[in-house]
Amino acid sequence: MKAKLSVDCVGMHCPVPLAKAGEALQKLAVGEVLEIVADDEDIIEDLPAWCRVTGNEYLGYAREGGIIKAYIRRKV
Amino acid sequence: MIYADYASSTPVLQEVKQEMLPYFDELYANPSNLHDFALKARRAVEGAREKVAQLLGARSEEIVFTSGGAEANNLAIKGVIQANKARGRHVVISAVEHYSIMHPLQSLAREGVQVTRVGVDEHGRVNVEELEKAIRDDTILISVQHANHEVGTLQPIKEIAEIAEERGITFHCDGVSAAGIVPAKVEELGVDIYTLSAHRFYGPKGVGALYLARGVRLLPQIEGGIQERGYRAGTENVAGIVGMGKAAELAEREMSQRLEKLRTLRSKFIEALRREVPEAKINGHPSEVNPMYVHISVPGVEGEAVVAELSSRGIYITSGSPCMARAAKASHVLAAMGLSQELIRGAMLFSFGIPTSEADVARVAQEAGEVINRLRER
Repeated sequence: MKAKLSVDCVGMHCPVPLAKAGEALQKLAVGEVLEIVADDEDIIEDLPAWCRVTGNEYLGYAREGGIIKAYIRRKV
Repeated sequence: MIYADYASSTPVLQEVKQEMLPYFDELYANPSNLHDFALKARRAVEGAREKVAQLLGARSEEIVFTSGGAEANNLAIKGVIQANKARGRHVVISAVEHYSIMHPLQSLAREGVQVTRVGVDEHGRVNVEELEKAIRDDTILISVQHANHEVGTLQPIKEIAEIAEERGITFHCDGVSAAGIVPAKVEELGVDIYTLSAHRFYGPKGVGALYLARGVRLLPQIEGGIQERGYRAGTENVAGIVGMGKAAELAEREMSQRLEKLRTLRSKFIEALRREVPEAKINGHPSEVNPMYVHISVPGVEGEAVVAELSSRGIYITSGSPCMARAAKASHVLAAMGLSQELIRGAMLFSFGIPTSEADVARVAQEAGEVINRLRER
């Protein structure tokens, strides 16, 4: 997936990746996509929930070895 | 404005601030040096150490100053595990610990450390029987908080300490949400290691301490200096440490009056709030609680919406711990207490302090009631 911006959260534990995603989204325009690179499994459950709460769109994730790449679209 | 978020941080008392001021631009020497000017700074640090020790009923040589509660918790968790890894790699914690306990353990899990999280009851009190059963032959550390950082529930620390002592396991207690507010004498509690943070009891931010009982094995996490008896390298935050010492002295001296006031404010607030919002559920233990906390859940509202609306009226509360509020993450504490998703969403924390008046709590209850009832009608 083509993302406008990527944040490196490898080695960080939830909710830190969520807070970093929130900060990074502010740098994007509405409609643009953010990639979150992480290795904390909690992000798979936490990120969709975070998107529901914050009104942004969760697009899904892919695994590359032990790394999780998750994608969200700024909606608000 | 009315600040009702003292559980997140407290103002530095004037007496504390006055005591700190000379150490910024008058007595600024490095305490580790040998000249007379440095001696003044060193004496100030040691005087503060004595006052923090007195607050805990400890010896001054058992106090290690840090940059705050999070660093002290990291030092306790990582330091004990590293120093005792030949004996085992298993740790027991409660399911309602602060992230500064959970995250270091999540990182260490990648290196083979195993963690058992013990459940809590509906009030957030640790199940001691379950904790005892969780102990294994290779358990090297038990870490349970003194007061919960979200709901204020006080944990059965003495009971846990007895179990830890019987089994020969180091017991760390995160006292950040308790120390300086409620009694925390380490010998009475029976803990081996205890964390405290100055800004939670009217001292400055950026300074905390770890009580480390004689004989407890722990390795430093910040290396490269002789300070703090080798447990924490780095030139001391002299002004901050002096402030923490003064705040500890005042907390020790005024604790019973402050507690009495907090208990009165708490019961008046709960009474007034119940009149406004009868469906509000008070979370946390009804009696074993840090009395500065009033944590509630209201079905049918979003805690964050109440926080935002009250903020626009100049009343400051929180909907969760500061870390979670920023990340909009659901509370693991409330989930462990068995609250429904609706009650977790409708959670908010009011917390009061020395400057709070009875008129303040009456107004907060009235305005909160108005806001909650209006939001529920939508």
